[in-house]
Amino acid sequence: MPMTMTQKILADHAGLDSVAPGDLIEAKLDYVLGNDVTTPPAIKVFEKLGVKDVFDKDRVLMIQDHFTPNKDIKSAELNKTMRCFAREHEITHYYELGRREMGIEHVILPDNGIVLPGDLVIGADSHTCTYGALGSFSTGVGSTDLACAMARGVTWFKVPEAIKVNLTGRFKKFVTGKDLILTIIGMIGVDGALYKSLEFDGDGIKALSMDGRLTVCNMAIECGAKNGIFPVDNYTLKYISRTNPERFIKSDYKVYTADEDAEYSQVLDINLDDIDLTVALPHLPSNTKKASECTDMKIDQVVIGSCTNGRLEDIGAAATILKGLKVHKDVRCIVIPGSQKVYRQALDNGWLQDLDDAGCVISTCGPCLGGHMGVLAKGERCVSTTNRNFVGRMGDPESEVILSGVPVAASSAVLGRVGTPDEL
Amino acid sequence: MKVSGRVFKYGDNVDTDVIIPARYLTSADPEHLKEHCMEDIDKSFKDRVNAGDIMVAGRNFGCGSSREHAPVAIKASGISLVIANDFARIFYRNSINVGLPILECPEAALKINDGDEIEADFDTGIITDKTTGERFASKPFPEFIKNIMANGGLVGYTESGLRD
Repeated sequence: MPMTMTQKILADHAGLDSVAPGDLIEAKLDYVLGNDVTTPPAIKVFEKLGVKDVFDKDRVLMIQDHFTPNKDIKSAELNKTMRCFAREHEITHYYELGRREMGIEHVILPDNGIVLPGDLVIGADSHTCTYGALGSFSTGVGSTDLACAMARGVTWFKVPEAIKVNLTGRFKKFVTGKDLILTIIGMIGVDGALYKSLEFDGDGIKALSMDGRLTVCNMAIECGAKNGIFPVDNYTLKYISRTNPERFIKSDYKVYTADEDAEYSQVLDINLDDIDLTVALPHLPSNTKKASECTDMKIDQVVIGSCTNGRLEDIGAAATILKGLKVHKDVRCIVIPGSQKVYRQALDNGWLQDLDDAGCVISTCGPCLGGHMGVLAKGERCVSTTNRNFVGRMGDPESEVILSGVPVAASSAVLGRVGTPDEL
Repeated sequence: MKVSGRVFKYGDNVDTDVIIPARYLTSADPEHLKEHCMEDIDKSFKDRVNAGDIMVAGRNFGCGSSREHAPVAIKASGISLVIANDFARIFYRNSINVGLPILECPEAALKINDGDEIEADFDTGIITDKTTGERFASKPFPEFIKNIMANGGLVGYTESGLRD
């Protein structure tokens, strides 16, 4: 039976020759991930199960990135629970803040060469779907699933149907993967891919850098998808040759290709030339509009960063646009390099200097979900490169978040309203 | 097994950020979470909800983050069942794992009104609106899901399996 990329990865990890949509399977997991919000409840469940050890200390990852550096006593207690567990079980991929390996979970797992093509990853964070950019299958789960997976290294899945996104053409100047994924969510709605996989294909994928693909897959969940996935091409191979040269040389990864006659419940044909700089207005990621049609919307804050847009290319794009300009007097512009490596590279490239000269503050992650480091007051409005603009997502229930890519966010910071780079 | 109660009706795309805002995620204690359940879209929910009451909503209920705190908060509030047109997949999985009964029934999701008294039978999948007299058929839970619910979630179910 012909299969999609996702179906092949699931079949292989379940030890089956083939699977069909709707099949319930138990599959072996390559990596199991948790963060500081979801891991402490999982640890409680893990202890209740009475299991002594995690299934593999190299394959259970624990990343503290939501409320860190700890914002209050309660979050400090959460992180302490995780830290103690990680030390007791000698978890390999647990890092303290500031270490070169450390950063936002979905930035460091690909960038540190942990996840490679063909891997099957679950994480107790909905944006775990990010790693599909590398041709792997990854999806979000809750804390109870995390706990059971930490114990056994397996979990059950329902094999999803797929939507094929066929890309052609090339992006216009300043248009990025963020505009593409916002456009897709706008087309099919926040439940348009519910329970399904979103499989990208077509000559147009060459227009997307690896950082761009990571952004696209990161937001697959925002149209309800179980995962997003790109085929492995030369960009992917070049990327992993840098992130994990050792395993790259040994070809210690697996490339899965969709069968020509694989079945899709829907095919979306998108010409990248037709995509404009896009924003999602409050309060749904599907509420999309051309950025150029929203230039009357004044703003109070800009956030550039997060697991969606905090990679090197993103910080570079922000610095390039903001160099020599000033952030509008009524706007706070918060820039969040997604990892310590990104921070250091941005520092070495002189980008942090450019951002500092423009009047930005360089921070760590937390404002995206209204945690800390940039929470909004009643009536305030923020242009943000993050992934959700639900009611109260970034602070007061009467505050507003407008989602965009980095070029619109950086331009808006200067203009004091929603705007585009050609207005600068 | 049957449940019955008064309906709290909501619309489409009720996300986990409004079910339990992230600012309260510094604790996973159900007693703490229930104090803030639904507060960003329905401030008086926690004062009005009674044990056994039922939530009815539209499409894509529970979309957004993977926080298991969301079904935990709803369950701790006393809600005995959530009926929706459909559910976001992580929320669906989490609900079963924490033992919060959920039913997908587009017709019931459309026709049941806020404040109606309704009853649902998990064995037959029949939902009865006692206020309007209408009946709706949903797909009943398979046996193992019923057992997970009866044991208060996946952990209790796994423990009971280990005991047998």
